[in-house]
Parts: sequence; structure tokens; C-alpha cells
Amino acid sequence: MIRLRKLAQASARDMMVLAVVVAVLALVPFGVSRFTLSVAISALIFALAGIGWNVLSGFAGQFSFGHAAYFGLGAYTVAVTLTRYSISPWLGLILGGLVAAVFGLLTGWISFRFGLKGAYFALATFALAEMLRLTFNNFDFVGAGIGITIPLAGGDDWARIQFEDTPSLQYFVILGLVALSTIAVIAITKSRIGSMMLAVREDEDAASALGINPLRAKLIAIAISGFITALAGGFYTQFLLFIDPDLAFGPFVSVLILLRPIIGGVGTIWGPVLGAGILSVLGEVTRSLVREPPSFLQVIEGVNGLDQVLFGLILIVVIIRAPDGVIGWFHRRRQADTA
Amino acid sequence: MNPVLSVRDATKRFGGLTAVNGVTLDLGEGEILGIIGPNGAGKTTLFNIISGAIPPDEGEVIYGGDRIDQLPPHRIAARGLVRTFQVVKPFSGLTVLQNVMVGAFLRRSEHDEAEDHARKMLEFTGLAAQSDRPAKGLTLAARKRLELARALATDPTVLLLDEVLAGLTPTEGAEMVKVVQSIRDGGVSLLVIEHVMAAIMALSDRIAVIHHGELLAIGPPAQIAKDPGVVAAYLGEEFQIAPD
Ligand SMILES: Nc1ncnc2c1ncn2[C@@H]1O[C@H](COP(=O)(O)OP(=O)(O)OP(=O)(O)O)[C@@H](O)[C@H]1O
Ligand SMILES: [Mg+2]
Repeated sequence: MIRLRKLAQASARDMMVLAVVVAVLALVPFGVSRFTLSVAISALIFALAGIGWNVLSGFAGQFSFGHAAYFGLGAYTVAVTLTRYSISPWLGLILGGLVAAVFGLLTGWISFRFGLKGAYFALATFALAEMLRLTFNNFDFVGAGIGITIPLAGGDDWARIQFEDTPSLQYFVILGLVALSTIAVIAITKSRIGSMMLAVREDEDAASALGINPLRAKLIAIAISGFITALAGGFYTQFLLFIDPDLAFGPFVSVLILLRPIIGGVGTIWGPVLGAGILSVLGEVTRSLVREPPSFLQVIEGVNGLDQVLFGLILIVVIIRAPDGVIGWFHRRRQADTA
Repeated sequence: MNPVLSVRDATKRFGGLTAVNGVTLDLGEGEILGIIGPNGAGKTTLFNIISGAIPPDEGEVIYGGDRIDQLPPHRIAARGLVRTFQVVKPFSGLTVLQNVMVGAFLRRSEHDEAEDHARKMLEFTGLAAQSDRPAKGLTLAARKRLELARALATDPTVLLLDEVLAGLTPTEGAEMVKVVQSIRDGGVSLLVIEHVMAAIMALSDRIAVIHHGELLAIGPPAQIAKDPGVVAAYLGEEFQIAPD
């Protein structure tokens, strides 16, 4: 409790921003369609996954191209513990986080001990996620290629994290998880371990010369990172009421996870959430543009997949204009103004 | 003399090149031991051996009563033996304050304590005005100070400084010399590699001369300046030891 109060004082500005962001996001469910609400829920799911990714790849500088591994482990842990052992999905979320953290520690230990860095580390994470996807595809205990369907359990909505009648409550659950993870990230940025991660990201030799064990810093980062991303995966299972190897471990999932923090700002507290907001608005705008284009663009009406192409094009422009994300772009603008 | 650090017969080869060849020296408590020698003499390699960056092929390094020559750099730094880099390695993406806080966190777990201590170090090295600037934009002189401030923030017992004066103007250099002296006055023992002769002669209690990886002479500055071996081997290459 004392620590929490101290944290609030030390990072008053970030905590204020968090309060405002959560307050604004809490208004979303009021007066939007069920469809828009489900878009918002997925946006927050991937924001949460991105918050996890950002700890390892943004703060500790170890670029992961395979965070689907943690996402999928979280998703499957909830699915399996619920359907096979009737374990509460809340406990399942925690267990999934722990499974992912242990997976991160083991695979991270091997990768980092072998000195994998940069593109090689990214490739290794990609290979690990693929390995999990193929393993789960052939593993009958977890439903193999068919996947696992989560039955609607009935009973207390909160206990089973299923809100088939009141999806807005489901939205509040994921918003709560995003808020808690953001508090954790703020605490990390104010802590010794956060300082260690940044130092290792910037220069491992200089970090070791100041008494930091780079392996230790990276392992702590990978465990925290995996845990948070697994929470997102576990929630995803309860949201979709279904999981299969592609949805859990597919390469596209890894891309979805890293896209948001990259668009918002790698290694920043707000990058993942901001990126998630930008991408969902962008996705909706391109979708509705193709559905009901202005009269001079009549030709594009209803063209299949065009919204995705537009989405991709705009993304490319954003990445070229703001290679360090929207937050980085904003900082550069401000520095240019004051200089 | 009570040695805090002893190097015994340290040797390091890179392929056919023996960069450090059987060097033996002691650093006394509270002493400033200057290390001079021409370019490529093996001075930085000696620092790499002591700091654990490159384990020696032969020989030992003894610090605080223990052999440390097989320990990784971070364990050695954690024991209070800390080095700076000749080619400075600032954490470019962080602010000056954050850079120094990395060092301060070695012996402090609380953010506020680490920040207070880091600010003191920035004050001490004359960088306080630049605390919130990104390390990326600093001048060379400021980056050298940052390198020092960061190492100092770890509360070292022994500090290894690799050419902290190189590339500085005479005024900046004189300020740096003062800073180094007050570090010693604070009880830290120092090994100082330097090319700027006037500075190292004035600063050091003793000077070690390294030549082709070997220890050519060691003793008080006045004695080193008169040593016939040093004069013959070293002053003949004087053009090489001019500040770069
Ligand atoms: N990692 C390495 N691999 C191969 N050779 C090296 C390595 N490090 C140093 N050397 C070589 O060892 C010799 C000694 O280099 P060192 O950097 O120790 O010299 P120095 O005395 O610090 O020189 P300077 O005054 O230029 O800094 C040089 O010939 C150098 O090229
Ligand atoms: Mg050198």
C-alpha cells in the first residue's frame, strides 16, 4: 500500500494520464453498437498483448517476432483448465501468465546464453511460436487442429468472465486488465529493474561495466512480458469462446501484437494503448469508406479486401513518417519547436 | 603500501599479437597510478583484463583478497571495481540523469535515492545543467564527464579511467584533472590511462610505462621522466604520444 502511494507520487503525471485515459475509455460502451463494442474489446486485448511485448522489445530492447507464443499459451491455459478441470478462468489467467513466464525464462535463457541478438533473436522467437503452433496442431489433449470450444457455463457472469447478455461488462474487465498492466509498467519505469532493462537495451557492455547482469535483466523482462501478453490471450479465449492453434499461435497474431506499440511508440508507456486506438479507428474508417464511399469514389464501393489494402497503405505511410511511432514523432516535433 | 588491486603476470594474446605480456603491478589504497605508453601498447587491453571484459590467457588479478580474473564484468563492478571506456559508451536513448541513475541503482534500490545520488554526481562532474537532455546530443567533453559520473555513481572502491582527458581542450582538461583529484580525496583508488603527459605527471603518485605489452618501468613521476629505458624506448616515439 505504501509502495503504491509512493508510486503515485513518483509518477504523478503518468498516473493522472492513466486516470484520464481509463475514464475516457470507460465511456465507450455507452451508446455504441454491439459490433463496435466487440471491436473495442479486441482493440484492448491487443493493446494488452502489446503492453507485454513492449516490456521485452521496447524497454529491454529484445525484438520479439513471436509473441503469439505467450498469447497462445495464455489462451490455451484458460481453455484447457476450464474445459478439462473446471478451473475458474480468473485462476486460469494467472496460471496462463505463469506458464508463459516460465516458457519465456526457459527459451530466453537458452537464446540469450547463445548470445542471440537483433534479427537472430527475433527469428528464434518466431520459430518458437511456430513450433508451438505445430505442436498444438497435433496434440489431441488440446483439441489438435480443431481447437477448443468454450461452453457457455451459466451462473455468475463475473466468476466465468462470460457476459453474453452484457458485453459492456466484458469490456470493463479487459479495460481493468489494461489499467493494471499499465500501472505495472509505470512502476517498472520507476524501478531499478526498469533502469537495468533500458541500460541493456542501449549498450550491454556499458551496462555490465556498471554492475548489471544483462542476462538477468533480459530474463526478468521476458518473464514479465510473457505474463502480460498471456493475460491478453487468456481473456481472448473467454471473449471468443473458442481457440485453435492459428488464432493462438499464428504468425499473424505476432504481427498484430507488435504493430500497436510500434505505431504508438516503442518503449513508451502509452505506445501500445495509443497504437491500439489509432489502428482501430483507422480500421473502422477504411471499412466504412469502402462500404459507403463519397460519390466521387463510387467505384470502390464494396470492393472486397480494399479496406485492408487502404489500411496497409496508410500504415506504411505512418511508419515512414514516424519510424519511432506517434509518440516519438510528437517528441521530435516538440524538440524542433523549442530548439 | 597496502595494495587494493594486484595484477600478477597478466598476459593476453590476440592471434600472433601479445597485447599484454606478463604485466605485474599493484595499486595502493588511495593511490593514483598513471599508466602511459604509445598507441597500441596494450593499456586498454590491461583494463579489459582487470575489469573482466577479456579474461587473461595467463596470470591473475587479485582484488579485495580474491582472484577476480575469471569473473564476468558485472560481478567485478558489483564488487566496487569500475571502469570507464576510452571510446565512450553513453546510453544514447536516455537522458543524462537516467544514464547516471543506472550507475546509482547499483547500490540503491529506491528510485528517489538513486535520483538524489545521481544528481549529486552530476553536480560534482559539472553536468547538472544538462541533466534532462538526451545523452545523444552531448559534446565530447560532456560525454567524457558523463562516462565518469556514471561510473562514480556506483560508489566504486577502485576506478579505472581510460583517457578521460583525450580530446578535451586545455581548460576542459584542467577541470577534469581537478575532478579526478577530488575523487581520490574521497577515498577512491585510481588507475588512470592518459596520453597528456603534463596532466598525468601532475596527477599521479606513481606512473607505470607500458610498451609493446610489457611493463617497462614503474615509479614516481620524477623517476620515470629520468629513466633511461623509458627515454630510449618511449620518448623516441614522442610524436605518437601527442594528445589525439
Ligand atoms: N579485441 C581485440 N582483438 C584483436 N586485437 C586487439 C583487440 N584489442 C586490442 N587489440 C590489439 O592489441 C594491441 C593493444 O591494444 P590496446 O587497445 O590495448 O592499446 P592501447 O595501449 O590502449 O592503445 P591506445 O593508446 O591507442 O588506446 C593493439 O595492437 C590492438 O590492435
Ligand atoms: Mg587504449
